[in-house]
Amino acid sequence: MADDRTLADILRSQGISRRGFLKFCATTASMMALSPAMVPKIAEALESAKRPSVIWLSFQECTGCTESLTRSHAPTIEKLIFDVISLDHHHTLMAASGHAVDEAMHEAMEANYGKYLLIVDGSIPVGNPAYSVIGGVSNLDQLKEVAKGAAAIVSVGTCSAYGGLPYAHPNPTGAASVSDIIKDKPIINVPGCPPIPVVITGVLAQFLTFGKLPEMDELGRPMAFYGQNIHDRCYRRPFYERGQFAETFDDEGARKGWCLFKLGCKGPVTYNACATTKWNEGTSWPVEAGHGCLGCSQPNFWDMGGFYNALSTPTIDLTKTAAVGLAAGAAVGLAAGALNRSKKSKAAREHETVTVKDLEKGEKS
Amino acid sequence: MNGNASSCGQAAGSDDLITGNVNPILNEIRHALKKLLEEGESTIIDLRALPLGPGEELQLESLLGIGEVTANIDAMGPSTVNETLFAGVWLVTHRNTEDAILGKFIEITRYPSILESQAADMRSALKALPGLLTENS
Repeated sequence: MADDRTLADILRSQGISRRGFLKFCATTASMMALSPAMVPKIAEALESAKRPSVIWLSFQECTGCTESLTRSHAPTIEKLIFDVISLDHHHTLMAASGHAVDEAMHEAMEANYGKYLLIVDGSIPVGNPAYSVIGGVSNLDQLKEVAKGAAAIVSVGTCSAYGGLPYAHPNPTGAASVSDIIKDKPIINVPGCPPIPVVITGVLAQFLTFGKLPEMDELGRPMAFYGQNIHDRCYRRPFYERGQFAETFDDEGARKGWCLFKLGCKGPVTYNACATTKWNEGTSWPVEAGHGCLGCSQPNFWDMGGFYNALSTPTIDLTKTAAVGLAAGAAVGLAAGALNRSKKSKAAREHETVTVKDLEKGEKS
Repeated sequence: MNGNASSCGQAAGSDDLITGNVNPILNEIRHALKKLLEEGESTIIDLRALPLGPGEELQLESLLGIGEVTANIDAMGPSTVNETLFAGVWLVTHRNTEDAILGKFIEITRYPSILESQAADMRSALKALPGLLTENS
């Protein structure tokens, strides 16, 4: 339950010195992608921040988002943040407690009505709500009920932010995102499959520090973490500029760490903090490990035309579209022809050295 | 001063495997040091916020070297504060208790503020000292 102690009180009660607190603030500022000059202001705000009540609901998800957080090595900033918040309800972590968990959730909702933070992972089946039911309550009904008393909602993971994997074609459950359903609450999206742990806690830290949700982009993501393009921040970017690409995962280019664009890297269209924040306490990230970015923080990333297809590969079957055009009549045929030309010229304009044929054959153009 | 540059370049695995960001950072440090001398204003560069290829961070650290002062802090895990070979340019590395790096900063300042004793800690110390005197008397 929420109590009156401030974050500084809690850290002090754990024997953490003021110097340790400043270190915490310096690393928190770094985590939030804020200027180091902001450290004194963060310290001031966090010192007086109260312990908020947090309710975490899990719907159509794989638990990867929770794993991302809880598998972090302690004691990390993530753990500290979670020591500070009052996690009054977590569907998955508390599942073994059965109905007692639901009671605890309703108590927390009542005690903190209008003030608690709601975190959601997983998408919500609206096509047929019976596809996902917890304790006899559909995800849809539970989301609506808990969202009513929330101060703000954090959609953690691409599933709750944009539908994610359940939303992938043909979306058998009619999966929807939180923002598709809830329209009258501040919602922030923290997408990723899963999101970087410090990005999840960074948003919580920002909420604690500033008492409101941070600045967001047009997709509802915090600018501090999603404001920059993976490709622009990628250390392999110079190879892209020089036209040096790995053509296969075991060729000379791959061994030399050249650009992974031709192997399907979605970095040029993906916004996330992986390139600088990295994973596993800053150890590495997919591109550094030799695999292209999957674009997991973008809407519909499962349907972006294949993880190993270059972005310049057309995502629709042009031959089939053209055939349908011919069968349906000259007018439609002309439209398909125009679509083909448009797609091809776009691909040629953007990436002149790459063709579908080259990629299929693994030949360098 | 820069005798280690070539060997550190090899740490990246290939001479080509660089972002080219090391020299711009060195330039930023130069400008910041000038500002510190002329205007007294400190600068902090967050190395986590910059794209650096494998080995480049090591290259940067090697180029800056280790100077006259090294301090170790034990607060929520170890932190090390090194003045580099360039006076006024400090490398501050924060780690958690499992030795994982939480943050790495280049501070261009007379001394990093993390070294200062904090008022809240000094107040606690002042409260604790009478107890020590009682025990020892």
